[in-house]
Amino acid sequence: MSTKNIMIVGVGGQGTLLASRILGNCVIKEGYDVKVSEVHGMSQRGGSVVTYLKYGDKVYSPIVGKGEADIILAFEELEALRAMPYLKKGGKIIVNTQQINPMPVIVGKADYPTNILSTLSIAGDVVALDALSLAKQSGNMKAVNVVLIGVLAKSSGIAYEKWIDTIKTTVPEKFLEVNLKAFDAGYNI
Amino acid sequence: MKKLMLGNAAVAQGAFEAGVNLVSSYPGTPSTEITENIVKYPEIFVEWAPNEKVAAEVAIGASIAGGRAMSCCKHVGLNVMADPVFTVSYIGANGGLVFAVADDPGMHSSQNEQDSRHYAKASKTMMLEPSDSMECKEFTKQAFALSEQFDIPVFVRLTTRVSHSQSLVEICERENVPVKDYVKDVSKNVMMPANAIKRHVYVEERHQKLVTYAENCNLNTVEDNGSKIGVICAGIDYQYAKEALLDKVNYLKLAMVYPLPEKLIKDFASKCDKVYVIEELDPFIEEHCKALGVNVIGKEAFTMLGEYTPEMIAKAVLNEDGKERVELSAPIPARPPVLCPGCPHRATFYVLKKLGLTVSGDIGCYTLGAIAPLDSVDTTICMGASVSAAHGMAKVRGEQFNKKLVSVIGDSTFIHSGITGLIDIVYNKGANTVIILDNSITGMTGHQDNPTTGKTIRGELTKQVNLITLCKSVGVDRVVVCDPFDVKQFEKVVREETNADEPSVIIAQRPCALLKSVKYEGKCVITDKCRKCKLCMKLGCPAISVDKDGVVKIDASQCNGCGLCIGVCPFSAIEKE
Ligand SMILES: Cc1ncc(C[n+]2csc(CCOP(=O)(O)OP(=O)(O)O)c2C)c(N)n1
Repeated sequence: MSTKNIMIVGVGGQGTLLASRILGNCVIKEGYDVKVSEVHGMSQRGGSVVTYLKYGDKVYSPIVGKGEADIILAFEELEALRAMPYLKKGGKIIVNTQQINPMPVIVGKADYPTNILSTLSIAGDVVALDALSLAKQSGNMKAVNVVLIGVLAKSSGIAYEKWIDTIKTTVPEKFLEVNLKAFDAGYNI
Repeated sequence: MKKLMLGNAAVAQGAFEAGVNLVSSYPGTPSTEITENIVKYPEIFVEWAPNEKVAAEVAIGASIAGGRAMSCCKHVGLNVMADPVFTVSYIGANGGLVFAVADDPGMHSSQNEQDSRHYAKASKTMMLEPSDSMECKEFTKQAFALSEQFDIPVFVRLTTRVSHSQSLVEICERENVPVKDYVKDVSKNVMMPANAIKRHVYVEERHQKLVTYAENCNLNTVEDNGSKIGVICAGIDYQYAKEALLDKVNYLKLAMVYPLPEKLIKDFASKCDKVYVIEELDPFIEEHCKALGVNVIGKEAFTMLGEYTPEMIAKAVLNEDGKERVELSAPIPARPPVLCPGCPHRATFYVLKKLGLTVSGDIGCYTLGAIAPLDSVDTTICMGASVSAAHGMAKVRGEQFNKKLVSVIGDSTFIHSGITGLIDIVYNKGANTVIILDNSITGMTGHQDNPTTGKTIRGELTKQVNLITLCKSVGVDRVVVCDPFDVKQFEKVVREETNADEPSVIIAQRPCALLKSVKYEGKCVITDKCRKCKLCMKLGCPAISVDKDGVVKIDASQCNGCGLCIGVCPFSAIEKE
């Protein structure tokens, strides 16, 4: 299989790392070669964070280049827009409609862009959802990451049960129930 | 069994399999998770040392005593540990001695972009560079074996994309490597001139043996695809090149980046019309090739700055354009990192800015106090420099300047190398004010314990360095502890201490908001008492913003309920929900 490229973008602290770990652990079960490039350190303090996940028969570079992402999983609208040039022609962008103001907007030096979803639709196929509300309904605001994984899982071609098994082995026991609910909420939108 | 593993976790696994006995490190992105992963193995003695120099020396002692030992740091940490490293090159290794050092091309989390490979050359040691997690594990194991074989400390060099990428690793059992005998050997282990002169001869002879080894070892590999274009590379650049160029070129992949082979490079180049050296940062391999008289293309085609990408390589070597894409039609706001909601440092900088002080800054989460709207930090150099540089500033600009000057330094950074600067101030009759930002943890690198937290890396209780008695014991008579969230009191303390004619230390004490033990009840909300004065906006809290109609709002998904804004609001317009 040719390599599949997934990019996960968001704001430091939103839990993108867990999303990439669930994804990584799930695709290795399918027997693929996998590389995941994570972000640790400074950007996790509320900055833009980007994680790449690639799988296929043989993966070399752990990073995804511009015009190469099959799927972008965006935790926040502005970060979805920032990642837009990375989308492959005909690619899909799953976006949580949450907006988090970055410091330049807060201090009035820049404006938060408007009409992001329609701009994104020029680049590819947009799936927009309010993952924050779905996470809250599932019992924890922090489960936005697993809601989004649920959305991605639906069209992944990987069986539902495999995703559930992976969540069970990746997520700490005490958050399992909430996360399974959150996954279903995303899976069933 | 194959496992998806972070490069750093794979280095830890490699050390474990090699039978390592001791690991001593100081944290630093992107190297931190190596040592954190060592904690998984109960067989290994592991510790956070106060700084990299101490960590390296602990590992050196363990090696001399016959154990296998490792010390891990980020590139700038290697500057701190350089002193023992250069001399242990002469001493060599009894038990295998490995230094894992992680560079940060692109400066994701660093204050400079230095290239550690120069250190291997300057110290006449050996350096291996893996390109994925499997190699991280294998090369670390090899490094221990080579260290003992050649009686030499060996570096494993990583870069952010290798350290922080996960790929598949085959897991093996731990080798049973007994601790070697310790035999007193003054000529080898006491580096005073008479002995060191002889050891230098040994070092030069050893170097020649290493060059021969580099020619023939199975670490460096040639991949001949019958092309007329050759590529020489190492580490992550190999993965980028493979992705960009596939089998359209021949590869010389160097696993050993120091010493570099000579004949191998010449032979490889002689079969190609054109040879590229692809290496992020400095022209280290390129200069070696050029010195050998091999005509390679290096920095003429590639930048010295930042990280490379497969796209850049395809363009430079094959003149291929990147993939089709939709670019942004207008610039969009950047999202720099910020102090977290509830961060105790925010209150400190709010006060320092209000008082208009010059702030000699340091490295840690609090470096973010340099960003608007807090923008209070004047300088950031390296760990510890906030204290010592402020002493220099005060000495050239005089007393009045010093009364408007403070140093800010985190608890971990103060122990790392701030205490020596403070001793200098006391000894050389300074009158500086040093603010220790004591948030009960090493924050920036992701919550490591340190000597001031009272816990070891394994979470065991231990003696806790008392910052008050420490500062007093070096001769600072004025030491005040204050919670920066008590903004009024904190402001008063800063005014008093900066006005004093003697050295003073303010310990700004409040734990990091991300610690599990820190729980603030409820969320802050703005009531209709708000008069839109926007004083709360001066805090630079990511949860507070003003909407298009000028209404101040608190985003509940961002607020952690710390309540700092409640205390700052002059109209009592902010309440807990
Ligand atoms: C010589 C060196 N070693 C390590 C680092 C990585 N590093 C940056 S800040 C920091 C520690 C920060 O902890 P602390 O001083 O307690 O401040 P906090 O981040 O908790 O506010 C470390 C280890 C570095 N920049 N330089």
